Amino acid sequence: MWTATEEHLESISIGAGILGTGGGGNPYIGQLRARQALREHGPVTVLDPEDLDAGSQVVCVGGIGAPTVGIEKVRDRQAYHALRAIEDFTGKKATALISNEIGGSNSLEPLIPAAMAGLPVVDADGMGRAFPEFQMKTFFVHGVSYCPMAISDEKGNTVVIPNAINAKWAERLARAATIQMGCVACYAIAPMSAEQVKRTSVLHTLSLARNMGDAVKMARKNQQNPVEAILKVHHGRILFNGKVVDVERRTVGGFARGSMAIDGMDAYRNHRMDIEFQNENLIARQDGQPVCTVPDLICLVETERGEPITTELLRYGFRVTILGFPAPSLWTCPEGLAVVGPRAFGYDLEYTPIEV
Amino acid sequence: MLIGVDVGGTNTDAVLMDGATLLAKAKCPTSGDVTSGVVAALEKVLPNDSGQSIEGVMLGTTHFTNALLEQKGLAPTAVVRLALPATQLLPPLVDWPDDLKSAIGGFTYMASGGHEFDGREISSLDYTELKKIALDMRKNGVEAIAMSGVFSPVDPTHERQAGAFFQREMPHAQITLSNENGRMGILERENAATLNACLGKVGENSIRAIKQAMESLGLTAPLYLSQNDGTLMDEGFAARFPVFAIASGPTNSMRGAAYLSGLTDCIVVDVGGTTTDVGALTNGFPREASLAVNIAGVRTNFRMPDVVSIALGGGSIVNPEPLVIGPESVGFRLEEQALVFGGNTLTATDIAVAGGLAQVGDPTLVSEVDSSLRRRSLEEIQRRVETVVDQVKLSPDPVPIVLVGGGSLLVGESMTGADQVLRPDHGDVANAIGAAIAQVGGQVEKVFSLEDIGRGEALASIRSEAIGRAVAAGAEPTSVEVVELDEIPLTYLPGNVTLIRAKAVGDLGILNSG
Repeated sequence: MWTATEEHLESISIGAGILGTGGGGNPYIGQLRARQALREHGPVTVLDPEDLDAGSQVVCVGGIGAPTVGIEKVRDRQAYHALRAIEDFTGKKATALISNEIGGSNSLEPLIPAAMAGLPVVDADGMGRAFPEFQMKTFFVHGVSYCPMAISDEKGNTVVIPNAINAKWAERLARAATIQMGCVACYAIAPMSAEQVKRTSVLHTLSLARNMGDAVKMARKNQQNPVEAILKVHHGRILFNGKVVDVERRTVGGFARGSMAIDGMDAYRNHRMDIEFQNENLIARQDGQPVCTVPDLICLVETERGEPITTELLRYGFRVTILGFPAPSLWTCPEGLAVVGPRAFGYDLEYTPIEV
Repeated sequence: MLIGVDVGGTNTDAVLMDGATLLAKAKCPTSGDVTSGVVAALEKVLPNDSGQSIEGVMLGTTHFTNALLEQKGLAPTAVVRLALPATQLLPPLVDWPDDLKSAIGGFTYMASGGHEFDGREISSLDYTELKKIALDMRKNGVEAIAMSGVFSPVDPTHERQAGAFFQREMPHAQITLSNENGRMGILERENAATLNACLGKVGENSIRAIKQAMESLGLTAPLYLSQNDGTLMDEGFAARFPVFAIASGPTNSMRGAAYLSGLTDCIVVDVGGTTTDVGALTNGFPREASLAVNIAGVRTNFRMPDVVSIALGGGSIVNPEPLVIGPESVGFRLEEQALVFGGNTLTATDIAVAGGLAQVGDPTLVSEVDSSLRRRSLEEIQRRVETVVDQVKLSPDPVPIVLVGGGSLLVGESMTGADQVLRPDHGDVANAIGAAIAQVGGQVEKVFSLEDIGRGEALASIRSEAIGRAVAAGAEPTSVEVVELDEIPLTYLPGNVTLIRAKAVGDLGILNSG
């Protein structure tokens, strides 16, 4: 157990940016919003999932909508209203909140309603990384229901979806409501028991993000290698090191799909890496051969400063180190791979676990 | 004939140009009050007819940045955001440095209004609410107001109506509407509008001072200010939008380099005393930064050139073992501290003189700098400049590189990634030349639902608005052309919603009529 204060937000953002595997968007506004909530309502307790007691009711909260709209109509405190709506619907008070992903600003979203409601957040999330689609959460893959779901805007409107026949429908209904709400909304979903959280979430990821961010900041301060510092905190390896020489993007079905090419430097001179992405990095190939495939994590950091690089910011000339981390076992089981394996993203490719 | 002036941190440069011909150039120290340095530089380049033949004076200046950094002369400013009930968690000025916030008074208000991404109202304006805000602003002695509204670049009516209301209530207040500086991102756009509002008086006063100084020299020609994006604004526009002139130095230098070299697509390397700035030119204009830009600690979305700076210049201090060049620099004390001037600090300039690349000071004072150190230092400088050039390039193809600035002799002419390296004459005053040759432009950015209006109509509408803005800024209508047109599809949205950005530029009206 620890207490999240303003001082931790930058580290969590850096760490979540790395674990976000290229997705998660611009972290600035998310960090600023969490800071403001903590300043106004006080710090938030981060609870080890092992310490959840039997009567716990844990609710997952997050933001939904278009990131490009969110920089204009900045998201407000509506996650709190969605949370209250779920409590009213289930007739049960939440005892803790949990993040849906540990990538970008969504990893900080629960801190806002948690600070307002005086609730702790659980040190875990539903992805252990970031993914582009709603149904791609470990909770759902391992038996937690999509519904009830509450979606709230900043005006006081809330929609509750008591039931959806599958994830695609849940996503479709949520998105329709979100668009009417002006494309910036928050949801509260998947009320879970302590047992469900322990069994279906990726554990200790908020601490991991914080430790990773701390390590990067410390390495910068002491002029040490930030990449080595990251690898000391989390078990993984360097996949490649080089310079981005080409980035190609297209929008397909509302997602930013594309690929990048990286020319090797130092130990990787005369080699090339290609990475394909759909918001997040999915497949890394060295000289044509896959070396890391989704759901394993393919993370790009700027070589010199260890700064995470999102796919939106990618462009020619960036010096990057590509890190690979094994996906949590909640994803590498057959049920997980059916939802987030290479085939789920349209690649005719088996998932081969990264060698570390 | 035209005069271009660039007021930099160390020097104020001026040039006199007749068409493409440089007739005179001058370098004077920048003065604390800025104006007297400008006068000194103007005097040196004025032709014998005392200014009768001058058609325009183009000025790039650090006035406004200094006013913000020194927090001098800033107006008591209020920010009114039209957005309720949205965006309450992050009120205006939320991430400003405390001292700057208190220097401008820091009065913030939120009121009903603003729009959704698709043009619906978030809520209607409430004049009872606005009346109360006006009363409170008067009570607080507010003299300048920044108005922001959610999605005002899509629909500016609320900002305009509320702005007009406050102008009637407070006839002497200077009001800036955020939609006039364009870009999406309410916090950054609102910050830019607020910086502009608080600079209002500084803008008016400094423009008046420079006009008076020009008149005292017999110069009756119109005054233009360079903007951050390399275009000009006339003095009336500049007095209303001083914020657009806040960082025109690097842009002027890059544009001047392009002009001197005759290239429109190239990489410009400007080696100064303390830093080296590297940027890319496309179609004769600097490529713009896509990231937020910090001005005096305030995050903004200004149209700024995408320039990468490294702490390496002629004044950089050289530590021989282990070899480290910069980031420390002797700066403007080069002529006291460098070895060639009798000082006792080894600088990059000393390396250049010892290597026979430059002739300044007394070369005998660096005769003991050994040749291995000289070679290793020049290699290190070259390697660092090449690395930055490569970061700035957008493709692996070799590109032309133009070297300007006083320290450019430190960089050798065979560079990795370059297909040619040019070192044009008069590169030392590239910035003032850049000011003198600037065009005028207009830029718009809006969100369209292409399903509703069709792509052709959307493009036509944004093009004509950009052209209209260029003409309003003083461009000769027949010379205006659209130089940039970007479409950015917004992910997650149905209806093929797309952000479209257009920029139009043209020749300044006076140049053709004169």
